[in-house]
Amino acid sequence: MARKVTSRRLIVSTAAAWLFGFLIFLPILWMVLTSFKTELEAFAMPPTFLFFHWTTENYATVQSRSDYVHHALNSIMVAGGSTLIALLIAVPAAWSMAFAPTKRTKDVLLWMLSTKMMPPVGVLVPIYLIYRDFGLLDTRAGLILILCLGNLPIVIWMLFTYFKEIPKDILEAARMDGATIGRELVYVLAPMAVPGLASTLLLNFILAWNEAFWTLNLSTLDAAPLTVFIASYSSPEGLFWAKLSAASTLAIAPIIILGWFTQRQLVRGLTFGAVK
Amino acid sequence: MATQQTQILGRVLLTPAVVLLFIWMIVPLAMTIYFSTLHYSLLDPGTESFVGLENFRYFLTDPAFLTSLQNTLVLVGSVLAITILLGTPLALLLDQPVIGRNIVRLMVIAPFFVMPTVSALVWKNLLMHPVSGLFAFIAKSFGATPIDWFTDAPLVAVVLIVSWEWLPFATLILLTALQSQDEEQKEAAEMDGAGALSKFIYLTLPHLARPITVVILIETIFLLTVFAEIFVTTGGGPGLQTTNIAFLIYAQALIQFDVGNASAGGLVAVVIANIVAFFLVRIIGRNLEA
Repeated sequence: MARKVTSRRLIVSTAAAWLFGFLIFLPILWMVLTSFKTELEAFAMPPTFLFFHWTTENYATVQSRSDYVHHALNSIMVAGGSTLIALLIAVPAAWSMAFAPTKRTKDVLLWMLSTKMMPPVGVLVPIYLIYRDFGLLDTRAGLILILCLGNLPIVIWMLFTYFKEIPKDILEAARMDGATIGRELVYVLAPMAVPGLASTLLLNFILAWNEAFWTLNLSTLDAAPLTVFIASYSSPEGLFWAKLSAASTLAIAPIIILGWFTQRQLVRGLTFGAVK
Repeated sequence: MATQQTQILGRVLLTPAVVLLFIWMIVPLAMTIYFSTLHYSLLDPGTESFVGLENFRYFLTDPAFLTSLQNTLVLVGSVLAITILLGTPLALLLDQPVIGRNIVRLMVIAPFFVMPTVSALVWKNLLMHPVSGLFAFIAKSFGATPIDWFTDAPLVAVVLIVSWEWLPFATLILLTALQSQDEEQKEAAEMDGAGALSKFIYLTLPHLARPITVVILIETIFLLTVFAEIFVTTGGGPGLQTTNIAFLIYAQALIQFDVGNASAGGLVAVVIANIVAFFLVRIIGRNLEA
């Protein structure tokens, strides 16, 4: 008897979960399907679902008409650059707070966090003017700088929560054996910190890749990453659904795949350790 | 000795991050405060003059401010309600044994990784277009008249798009919290004859109270400054119907080039965000002790 109830429950919850999952995923699925249609079929009413003339021509057109690769490279360099620089600054800081804490460490951490809570519009005007006067508007360096500073608190926090979990006894044992701080870092700490570093790097890369306030306001063409490039499809004269879908699919596919690997770290990184 | 050496090293290593964040926080904020007291238009350079609190008086009494404040509250409130009311049952469902749970999970989380400009444009065109959109087709199949979302209910349309982006976040956090729930406690309650409903009310709901609070606070901080979705779909319109505070400040700064007024608005936004941040930092700080 009991087993029967369980298997019925399994079927019901499976059906419900798949239905919800499908509905939530539908916009992305629809976009991917549309990217393989002709422009005519993309607008067709009633829409075609699977039995249409599949074509990859949109993907070729997106590149030939608007230099997609240029914007993709901008995205990679801006997201990658800002992530690497943020890590360079954050690793020593997080190490210091996790392994050499002082009475003020907690306050420093919370203060860093509070900088992340400042709404970007609050400083839009001065940043825009500073960028204009220093010639940083529409430059990759400018975007790297602002995204690096914007995400630095999250990077420090994530690293801090990982470093804190490394048992201190191991470090003490190494020190007893006469290891210097430098050796301790390279041989003991680094190998244990790699998983935390990797997921911090990944999550921050995703956040920077998708950032759409500063990129929209501070870049137009030369440094424009994919967020800005896709936004250019919003003008009525640029409305080509199939091409918009192809460009969008290319822009989000790598990030969704990376994102799926970081699910667990996502919760930790985005709630600052408040939910584990 | 080693400890003291470590302490010094620790301070040295911490300094760059602290100095950078300090500059990043103080310099622009000080400039915003300074600009907010000036009559300063980029269209009319060289005529800056001190006007005291005039910009604040102008910004706060501008009818556009009240409209955009109202839109901001509607946007934040609706998205919070939708993501939590849908996210909680969804998390409970995904916590059950489900065939192919990992694949379902991936489908549910995916929207979170879609860049805002893509979600906004895909929803606006492919789904919500009144003639050729998927929603119009579904409405017509049921014999209903398709809704012209961005003309008749633009703010609702923006709310739906943003809710879709944030539903995965709420679900994922609540699911993570559910999975850390004490199984033995649930089993003990079952032994004592507790039904599914009373288990939910007396065990699960209290367990979810804190993660729900965290979701509310974190989402609020991001939702207060929703920008890209409005920028690419409606441009704040029609009229001011989808202008939130973030978009109003952007429009004053980079469309009307009124630096003084936009700075005053920016400070108002900072104050609103800080009220939320105050509570969030307290919760996280308490967690840090534990």
